[in-house]
Amino acid sequence: MLLIPCPICGARPEAEFTYAGEAHIARPVDPAALDDHAWGEFLYARTNPKGDHAERWRHTHGCGRFFNALRNTHTDRFTASYLAGATRPHGTPTTESLDAPAMRSETEQWGQA
Amino acid sequence: MKHFSAARLAREALRGQSGWTEHWRSPDRPAHAYDAVIVGGGGHGLATAYYLAKQHGIRRVAVLEKGWLGGGNTGRNTTIIRSNYLMEESAALYNHAVKLWEGLSRELNYNVMFSPRGVMMLAHTVHDVQVGKRHVYANQLAGVDNDWLSPDQAQEYCPPLSLDAGMRYPVLGAALQRRGGTARHDAVAWGYARAASALGVDIVQNCEVTGIRRDAGGAVCGVDTTRGAVATRRVGVVAAGHTSVVMAQAGVRMPLESYPLQALVSEPVKPCFPCVVMSNTIHAYISQSDKGELVIGAGTDAYTSYSQQGGLHIATHTLDAICELFPQFRRMRMLRNWGGIVDVTPDRSPIIGKTPVPGLYVNCGWGTGGFKATPGSGHVFAHTMAHDAPHPINAPFALDRFRTGQLIDEAAAAAVAH
Ligand SMILES: Cc1cc2nc3c(=O)[nH]c(=O)nc-3n(C[C@H](O)[C@H](O)[C@H](O)COP(=O)(O)OP(=O)(O)OC[C@H]3O[C@@H](n4cnc5c(N)ncnc54)[C@H](O)[C@@H]3O)c2cc1C
Ligand SMILES: [Zn+2]
Repeated sequence: MLLIPCPICGARPEAEFTYAGEAHIARPVDPAALDDHAWGEFLYARTNPKGDHAERWRHTHGCGRFFNALRNTHTDRFTASYLAGATRPHGTPTTESLDAPAMRSETEQWGQA
Repeated sequence: MKHFSAARLAREALRGQSGWTEHWRSPDRPAHAYDAVIVGGGGHGLATAYYLAKQHGIRRVAVLEKGWLGGGNTGRNTTIIRSNYLMEESAALYNHAVKLWEGLSRELNYNVMFSPRGVMMLAHTVHDVQVGKRHVYANQLAGVDNDWLSPDQAQEYCPPLSLDAGMRYPVLGAALQRRGGTARHDAVAWGYARAASALGVDIVQNCEVTGIRRDAGGAVCGVDTTRGAVATRRVGVVAAGHTSVVMAQAGVRMPLESYPLQALVSEPVKPCFPCVVMSNTIHAYISQSDKGELVIGAGTDAYTSYSQQGGLHIATHTLDAICELFPQFRRMRMLRNWGGIVDVTPDRSPIIGKTPVPGLYVNCGWGTGGFKATPGSGHVFAHTMAHDAPHPINAPFALDRFRTGQLIDEAAAAAVAH
């Protein structure tokens, strides 16, 4: 279970939150002006990076607020959280610069059924 | 490649098992050029290579795998095979696969241990019953085997099932696909690898594709790997959870999100569980492997991740459900728990076809339920790569559907897609 840093309440267990997908995808102001390709990209295309991911969370069972967070999708470590509407913090950390916790490697997770 | 047969087993038994050789050639690095390169050595990629060589005469093929064969979702899944999907397009795709499963061990001369022991999907609410029956009738009209069972019939088919009326989610009925079942996941990867290698396909492990090269016209002209560059005009990306990462190398953004999905196995016990049971409502599925372990599948985590480990609360939730449905398992101990990274599309249907980049093909989006499709997926994807046009079965599964809006909405139809 993740420990998620709500910018208002501080670090709280994942069970209190609802995930809401990639952040900073603004709905086009005039959808009718878009062609099918651009509209499809807005609706469906996602960055889905292996590394830093800006994402939306809602502290459903806490303050109730939506906010954004930066999480490394390889280590699951959060590196920042900020209020909805704020811009993504600069100097986004890379995988290497994180003081990586004792995460198990992929191979150690191997199992078969 | 030496043929496997009873006679050969007997001969080897007599001469101290000294005549067995490696099942497939394992070159250290790829050659400088190929007619086609497959990125990803899971079941789907290996099957694609096999059918390219076998059915389309394209034998200068390389399968490049960043880890080891089947070390992705192929070797991490709970191996449930069924084809009772709701949408016509999906029923046709998965049924194509089930038909191939039935003859696969013979076709590959490799025992993939396909075991059609029946897949039962439980209904726990009035809504479940209505949806389940609709599913059964739609399947019957589409020529896909699926029957509706009363609770008593369900228990007769699967004696460990509890019909206790006091359960939080009592069993109100079940859909049963008798032709569904399980197969041995490793054997599927190894069987395809062996058969493909015998036809000339190079399988290179520990070889990660790090770049996709394009010529001045934008078409694919090669790939960069951790073991050198390779020239090719045809690249098939079959990288499951890592598809977004690989496709980004060609500048293509995908309608995919990658989530951890977990499974567990128990300590091995004597045969006690005759079929596969799934419950979408309380999200648990279970079968018993031939080794005797209970194989239990849990849900995905809520957030995207490549960590290959899910939250413990997700697995616990599933075990709660299993213990309520099958009280006899309450004292079983779990041996191992692991995660795989599944690539999920917005409509929960796979993407199999061409991309905006000439010469680049993609087979992905199988999410939580693509093992069952392995032979069919490889078969139609090989056709797509060989002809630069889809097979009629995978034509509806084009990437372009996210532009045209012709989605194949199994998200609502299947609820969960194993
Ligand atoms: C826990 C769990 C349970 C599941 N249960 C079921 C089930 O019961 N029934 C069912 O039908 N399906 C199930 N699935 C889904 C099923 O496992 C997958 O849909 C299917 O195995 C995908 O096969 P694949 O060959 O496409 O992917 P994989 O087997 O994941 O192969 C993709 C390969 O690509 C490689 N790769 C990635 N990036 C690169 C690169 N840059 N260069 C080279 N190689 C690369 C990876 O290392 C990997 O080996 C389950 C999945 C999980 C995780
Ligand atoms: Zn809060």
